[in-house]
Amino acid sequence: MTTSVIDLHAPYKERVADALNNKHLKTALNRSTVRMSAQRISAMGAVDGQTLRNQVRQMKEHVIANLPDLLEQLESNIQANGGQVHWAQDGAEVNRIVLEIARKANVQKVIKSKSMATEEVHLNDALEAAGMQVVETDLGEYIIQLNHEPPSHIVAPVIHRRLEDIAQIMQDKLDMPPTLDPEVMCAVARVKLREEFLKADMGVSGCNFAIAETGTICTVTNEGNGRMTSGMPRVYVVIMGIEKIVPTPEDAFLQYQALCRSATGQNFSVYLSMTSSPRQPGDADGPEEFHVVLLDNGRTDMLEKGYGEALMCIRCGACLNVCPVYREIGGHAYGSTYSGPIGAVISPILHTDVTNSEKLPHASTLCGACREACPVKIDLPRLLLDLRSDQVQAEQGSWFDKVAMQGFVQTMTSRARYENAGKLASVGSNLLAGLTGGNIKFMPPPLTAWTNSRNFPPFAKHSFRELWQERTSRRKEISGERTTPPAP
Amino acid sequence: MHKKQFSTPPRRVALFVTCMVDMIYPEVGMATAELLERHGVEVVFPYEQTCCGQPAFNAGYRDEARLLAHRFIEIFEPFLQQGLVDAIVVPSGSCATMVSHFYAAALFEEATDTAVRQRAEALAAVTFELTEFLVDVLGVTTTNSRFAGKLTYHACCHLLRELKIDEQPRQLLAAIEGAEMVELTGAEECCGFGGLFALKNANISTAMGQRKTRHLAESGADVVALCDVSCMTHINGLLSRQAQRCRAVHIAEVLNSQVDVAVAPPTVAPSAPEKRSRRWQDQKTK
Ligand code: SF4
Repeated sequence: MTTSVIDLHAPYKERVADALNNKHLKTALNRSTVRMSAQRISAMGAVDGQTLRNQVRQMKEHVIANLPDLLEQLESNIQANGGQVHWAQDGAEVNRIVLEIARKANVQKVIKSKSMATEEVHLNDALEAAGMQVVETDLGEYIIQLNHEPPSHIVAPVIHRRLEDIAQIMQDKLDMPPTLDPEVMCAVARVKLREEFLKADMGVSGCNFAIAETGTICTVTNEGNGRMTSGMPRVYVVIMGIEKIVPTPEDAFLQYQALCRSATGQNFSVYLSMTSSPRQPGDADGPEEFHVVLLDNGRTDMLEKGYGEALMCIRCGACLNVCPVYREIGGHAYGSTYSGPIGAVISPILHTDVTNSEKLPHASTLCGACREACPVKIDLPRLLLDLRSDQVQAEQGSWFDKVAMQGFVQTMTSRARYENAGKLASVGSNLLAGLTGGNIKFMPPPLTAWTNSRNFPPFAKHSFRELWQERTSRRKEISGERTTPPAP
Repeated sequence: MHKKQFSTPPRRVALFVTCMVDMIYPEVGMATAELLERHGVEVVFPYEQTCCGQPAFNAGYRDEARLLAHRFIEIFEPFLQQGLVDAIVVPSGSCATMVSHFYAAALFEEATDTAVRQRAEALAAVTFELTEFLVDVLGVTTTNSRFAGKLTYHACCHLLRELKIDEQPRQLLAAIEGAEMVELTGAEECCGFGGLFALKNANISTAMGQRKTRHLAESGADVVALCDVSCMTHINGLLSRQAQRCRAVHIAEVLNSQVDVAVAPPTVAPSAPEKRSRRWQDQKTK
């Protein structure tokens, strides 16, 4: 049996507890995140990684500063090439647009290449509800679709499953003979998927980056499914977040470099598929219709609210792989399409329905490993701090926190109160520690959260300031003169 | 972060001991002071000091943090302006980050708080973490310390990734006589403390900490040195709950040759829930 699925809509605390209790999840995450991080480090180290990061950062800063112009440029170039551009404010609008396209083209069967944007708006559900059959063609996505799960990682959707679990799913759903050989497993999936590609009426993909200057949509894949999705069916629809844009082909290759090296540690992905137009007269293949849906869904809010930096994200997943919190709980515990540090930043702002998204900015120790890994040098800890501050400003913090903070500041703004609090804590904590032999093993709530798993030392009997004062006066006595200058 | 370059080495410093060291670990403060004195630096302790405001800032309470930041500046600035001290030394990577980075970068806006921001920047230029001060400012290469046992180092997050201080403590530890430095897997991985995170996300925090203590056990180290007592509290809280032999010790104490591993730490039995006789229950089941 494969391990249980975390319910994305359960309360945050439950999701986290379920994740932490899942041994197979832990094994799967340990295997993959550490390996992917090591691969990224070596691939970025093989070139001048710092320069690459600086250049990508500069380019993305330019993009965010000129977003409206670039988007219009992209639109007019796609239209000039014979494609159609649609603007969608939110998820519902994306789904409406795509359904309309499908209805007009009399689509029965849809194949998809991996796309987080369509996950964000739950496009599959909408298409299926309208009676269409939808098949994911990225191997990882295909497997979780078989198992009715959402992706748990931006780049590696099935990272939460061990090889053993995946084999089990394929045995159960595809009648695959028992094997743990990845090549055999791939071959089984390939045969199944090939049939789907041939029968599909519409291909839907996301977009890794779109080139404004040429009106070109680029998808980066390792399995070639991106090309089959864009090239084989009659209709090709791209759903792209409005931030996934680069000005020129040169910029596209800059981002491509950073993406491949940071995401999978490859110098280049196996495939880079570019689509600029529908099939032209004389073309051997290609879609008859080419649609690009530009998705906002809270992205302009991000700009307005001062989180534009998060829009520079190229969705490489590097910050997930290094994040010590992600490494413990995986993606599903975040309850959002986007997990890890970047997910904790954007999920509360995007217009998606994430249960307890207000908890996500607190699901971080602010250790900074993400910022160090990010190819765009996004200051994720700082953005998390800003989100926390915004919550407090909007009076969304818990009542308890507020009272505690006020008490804390009251104490800390006066030397006398601080010293008295220290004495009180010393007496109290030494009493508690006395009960359990030197260390405190139990504290009342909410501090039980600490002592459930960890000891705490008692406060000192004499604070540093007391000892220092004693030392200073003793020295004065010995030397008969002052050794420290007077306080101003 | 622009650090002041001293033409002559500073003779006097103000010690910002941090509230946790003051109240829980005074011995770390003493070791810090003695270490500085041994290198010819006189230590002044401004008694008005309390907390830098980091807990409030990290929790999103910026107004509250600003109050404490302002208070900190008011207390330490006169010592510098009157020439009583040349620098501020902090035996904590995260509190040093708060003062020397976040005050100016996040609490006082360029436009609205121009004056305070400038004062914060001036303070930041002369605020140093302990090992940074010893190595970068004083040019210390060895503290002539001794330690008999296996030693390793945990790089605290703020120290490493905000202040970019790593070589300095490692260099000082490597120069300790008698110490056998051992490798710690994931030395740069967060221990899971994260302030309020340790309470709000206690189970994730614990899982992260247990990963750290597992690596510590594998390393075979007697002592793991580090530059922040908050991470030290977290790591020791787990080590002692697990009755492990290894313990986390602040680098000031290690460098001050105050750690004796020959004396094993008091072993605490793993805390199995105590069995009490519960008479009423016994009676009921009869
Ligand atoms: S925030 Fe940075 S590291 Fe994380 S996915 Fe985006 S680009 Fe990659």
